[in-house]
Amino acid sequence: MLSEKAYQKIDRELEKFPAGSKASAVMAALAIAQDEQGWLSAETMQEVADYLGMPAVAVQEVASFYSMYNTSPAGKHKITICTGLPCALAGAEKTAEYLKEKLGVDYNQTTTDGQFTLKQGECMGACGDAPLLLVDNKRMCCRMTGEKIDALVEELKK
Amino acid sequence: MTCLHGRHIDPVVFAGLDGANWRLDGYVARGGYETLRRILNEKTEPGKIIEEVKASMLRGRGGAGFPTGLKWSFMPHRFQGQKYLICNADESEPGTFKDRDILRYNPHAVIEGMLIAAYALGTSIGYCYVHGEIWDVYERFCEAMEEARLACLTGKNILGSGFDFDLHPFHGYGAYICGEETALLESMEGKKGWPRYKPPFPASFGLYGQPTMINNVETLASIPSLIKMGGKAYAALGRENNGGTKIFSVSGDVAMPGNYEVPMGTPFAALLELAGGMRDGKKIKAVIPGGSSVPVVPGDVMMQTNMDYDSIAKVGSMLGSGGVIVLDESRCMVKSLLRLSYFYHDESCGQCTPCREGTGWLWRIVRRIDAGEGLPGDIDLLDSVASNISGNTICGLGDAAATPVRSFLKHFRHEFVDHIEHKRCLVQT
Repeated sequence: MLSEKAYQKIDRELEKFPAGSKASAVMAALAIAQDEQGWLSAETMQEVADYLGMPAVAVQEVASFYSMYNTSPAGKHKITICTGLPCALAGAEKTAEYLKEKLGVDYNQTTTDGQFTLKQGECMGACGDAPLLLVDNKRMCCRMTGEKIDALVEELKK
Repeated sequence: MTCLHGRHIDPVVFAGLDGANWRLDGYVARGGYETLRRILNEKTEPGKIIEEVKASMLRGRGGAGFPTGLKWSFMPHRFQGQKYLICNADESEPGTFKDRDILRYNPHAVIEGMLIAAYALGTSIGYCYVHGEIWDVYERFCEAMEEARLACLTGKNILGSGFDFDLHPFHGYGAYICGEETALLESMEGKKGWPRYKPPFPASFGLYGQPTMINNVETLASIPSLIKMGGKAYAALGRENNGGTKIFSVSGDVAMPGNYEVPMGTPFAALLELAGGMRDGKKIKAVIPGGSSVPVVPGDVMMQTNMDYDSIAKVGSMLGSGGVIVLDESRCMVKSLLRLSYFYHDESCGQCTPCREGTGWLWRIVRRIDAGEGLPGDIDLLDSVASNISGNTICGLGDAAATPVRSFLKHFRHEFVDHIEHKRCLVQT
């Protein structure tokens, strides 16, 4: 069950759209639900669907289409690294190798302590600051080096 | 900090920014909202604003380069129902990162641009669709919008003029395809981002089936200065048929990757110099001049080319979004294409079979060539798959995936042949 606070946030999103367009708030509602629950279970999607008056399958379609939704349980922190061409030219593939080794996981895997999930992302629109990491969908970490990654991982573990 | 280096030439959108003066008071101190106030005070005829934009030769900065004034004139003027204006801030074309800097360092220029556009087009509701991965930028833009609302610059009866415009932010959640106008509309309607058939175009059938204008961040951010200086003066900043300035996002093997705003028609060599030249003094090998979807151009050709739509078209490529990806002599073109092909395979929305299946084929073939497992017929196969995607899809993503493949093979075929014959890379050994 989503909290009262989550519903208040969804209501604020609904205010942006004209009457009869509740489905327009589905992306925001799913993001709010994911922030609260860590991932989007079938039950959570059903709850969002009921609230917005949408078929559950339509909500699932959205959740599975956009890459930032977690449709399976994820670690406490999700780290996404961009390895597109501009990032690769700035050494992102080496950064990715460093991260994999440091965390002991490959892409789409979660560390055994449940702390971190590693994801391969695509263009984040910040190529000038490559190599880039996105932490928990909201925090962009720019011009990452081994040292900065060490510090970041330590900070997130706390 | 990719635009706060002072290394621009006659900047319009980036003029006077220091990173701290993004708020309303900073924007007003730079002359912000003067144009909007004048328009509302003088009750300028909306058609006159559209004429100024036409005269400016401003072309859409999102990638298509379609004349903005002409696009605005497609909106039905006498339509009595609800019309919408959308700022497309779903920037995710690899190599392009200008909209992020505009939104975080000059958000009010985008808001004023939207207000002027809304006034000219008769729309009372607007949305700004922001790329999913830049949450901090989204939050800042929301803050700027709130400042504007509290200052009566948006909402009902703006500055007592009787003009209404409600502006709302919309946060994407990770889909390259939503930068395509109609996929963006589908996304805003709460669906997966599958592009629509065109026609009808959004100007007649857009958001919720209503007339809708969708413009890029940089396009809208240019509007206040353009109207202030007049269309002709703005056009004169650039060159014939290519009005104004353009922000180029320079990435790859340069000393100082970043955003550089220069007049249209500036030589590529001058732009490269602004970006600090080649990293580690290496030689230039190739340039992808307009975001990852445009044809690659050999470095020596690019060094003789100017940065405007027509000059870049003459050397067989496109100015696109202005994302300039520079590769030096040490780069393997097979490996570089592999990164691009993976991107399109990953981002294909799956609606059209040629793109959904073809982008996977392209990626897998390039991957095996890169791994030294390429087969003798693979280059022909790449050509064939690419040509079967091109022109056979609803939106441009298919062409965007095929174009790099064909241009890499055109200019750097020998590297692909070497990889297949020697079963390894000869460039990086």
